[in-house]
Amino acid sequence: MGAVTQAGAVGAAAMVAEAAGADGLGTGGPGTGGPGTHGGDRPLLSAERLTKRYGGRIGCGDVSFELWRGEVLGIVGESGSGKSTLLSCLSGHLAPDTGRVLYDAGDGSVDTLALAEAERRRLMRTDWAFVHQNPRDGLRMGVSAGGNVGERLMGTGARHYGNIRAAALDWLARVEIAPDRIDDRPSAFSGGMQQRLQIARNLVTGPRLVLMDEPTGGLDVSVQARLLDLVRGLVREMGLSAIVVTHDLAVVRLLADRLMVMKDGHVVEQGLTDQVLDDPQHAHTQLLVSSVLQV
Amino acid sequence: MSEAGYNFAYLDEPTKRMIRRAILKGLAIPGYQVPFASREMPMPYGWGTGGVQVTAATLVPEDTLKVIDQGADDTTNAVSIRRFFQRVAGVATTTRTAQASVIQTRHRIPETPLAEGQILVYQVPIPEPLRFLEPSETETRKMHALEEYGLMHVRLYEDIARHGAIATAYAYPVQVEGRYVMDPSPIPKFDNPKLKSAAIQLFGAGREQRIYALPPHTRVVSLDFEDHPFDPAKADAPCALCGATGAYLDEVVVDDAGGRLFVCSDTDYCETRRAEGRVGAAAE
Repeated sequence: MGAVTQAGAVGAAAMVAEAAGADGLGTGGPGTGGPGTHGGDRPLLSAERLTKRYGGRIGCGDVSFELWRGEVLGIVGESGSGKSTLLSCLSGHLAPDTGRVLYDAGDGSVDTLALAEAERRRLMRTDWAFVHQNPRDGLRMGVSAGGNVGERLMGTGARHYGNIRAAALDWLARVEIAPDRIDDRPSAFSGGMQQRLQIARNLVTGPRLVLMDEPTGGLDVSVQARLLDLVRGLVREMGLSAIVVTHDLAVVRLLADRLMVMKDGHVVEQGLTDQVLDDPQHAHTQLLVSSVLQV
Repeated sequence: MSEAGYNFAYLDEPTKRMIRRAILKGLAIPGYQVPFASREMPMPYGWGTGGVQVTAATLVPEDTLKVIDQGADDTTNAVSIRRFFQRVAGVATTTRTAQASVIQTRHRIPETPLAEGQILVYQVPIPEPLRFLEPSETETRKMHALEEYGLMHVRLYEDIARHGAIATAYAYPVQVEGRYVMDPSPIPKFDNPKLKSAAIQLFGAGREQRIYALPPHTRVVSLDFEDHPFDPAKADAPCALCGATGAYLDEVVVDDAGGRLFVCSDTDYCETRRAEGRVGAAAE
């Protein structure tokens, strides 16, 4: 499918980006953003020394990174490496013990963890999006597809039924769901369709930042490929910044400009995706890369 | 004379004081659901335990009480509650809306406009308008606190998508003074415009342990879409007994041949009109 043919294109984009990032390690800089970059001299999101402990155990320890406009950051690692904890801390679902998450939408940076709850939740449903691994966590299963897509619009004050419905139809088309399914409930949809619906529901307000937790988990490979294709298209088209947490290296190879590898709650290696995957330096990354099954 | 062995209006004084505090708080924050320590009443939940407790805390010996159930004064629930307060409070009772100082109601607002000085007490089964959209009470309270009412419109959207119009016909959600979204108890949406009233309106939910209130002349807006405005549906026919055209009607099946009659659901309103000499088609 498209996903296969476009793999080369992303590789090339990453090569260009690599050439632009002088240090080659890709620890940040506007040049690493790939073709979707809109410029700006400050990062969209920066995490500073995030630490979350579960009693005596470390969920994630001392994680710092910056995410630039139009950039896709992949976070990989095996189960229990702290990737989901990190994502929950970033999204405000979990409160980290120490550290800050600064978000800069262009009008000065705000510490999202220090925001009043009302403002944080407003940010979550306008400028941010969260795609859950299981669409059941991210969708309202008892509400029609159109209602699901329209919810964020109505949550931000849309009160015109015709406009809401038009926006829902537009977004269903963009995620390749037939318009005559608009009044069906998500429970009547296949897994792949539910996931695409969840993406439409999240992107309808035109967010700047998308957080994805294993977006292709539990889907079979051909459905995965189409979903990845779709996400990549939307990221490029809308100039989205995204953080993708996954254990699937093929997913980050396709989606991510930059990659962070986590083990036991700490970041052990980071850099441009192709660089990390083709020439892994840390022993754990080498293990991950060599563990990928070859077909 | 009230029954010996009972405190005036059944509840003990500390309990009435606790309920009055909740009522006052509810009046101070219109539409906000105030938790209160609901007591066991000598009737099952769902029969108006919340309304009865609010009425008991509100009554004074000089009050005149009217109780209606679906608009009627002569249904089981209304008769029992009226007799209950006759026995335990010894207050005067009436069926005339204009003469009552306290009216306890289930699922209707009287047709006769209420005046200042009157108190309307509603029996509420489910006080939380967001209940069937968001099952978690912790979450719904947070949504009220943060004024996140987008979900309410999702429900109306679903109605239009499925039925072509907002099909919610009773317990139609309203927004109070531009702030709290409130369930007006299962009154027909026909009654929603009457929520803006000169009387004090108190809502009691016994099982759910919540009291909320509308002070006189509070602005109450029924939720809708710009292109699907709120429509308080009106019956096509006039009342068959009194000929009223602007009243809420009950459908009464009169024979086995599909014969039916539409009559006022508010019995006092209908009787008053007939006493004034107005007659409908069936009474001629």
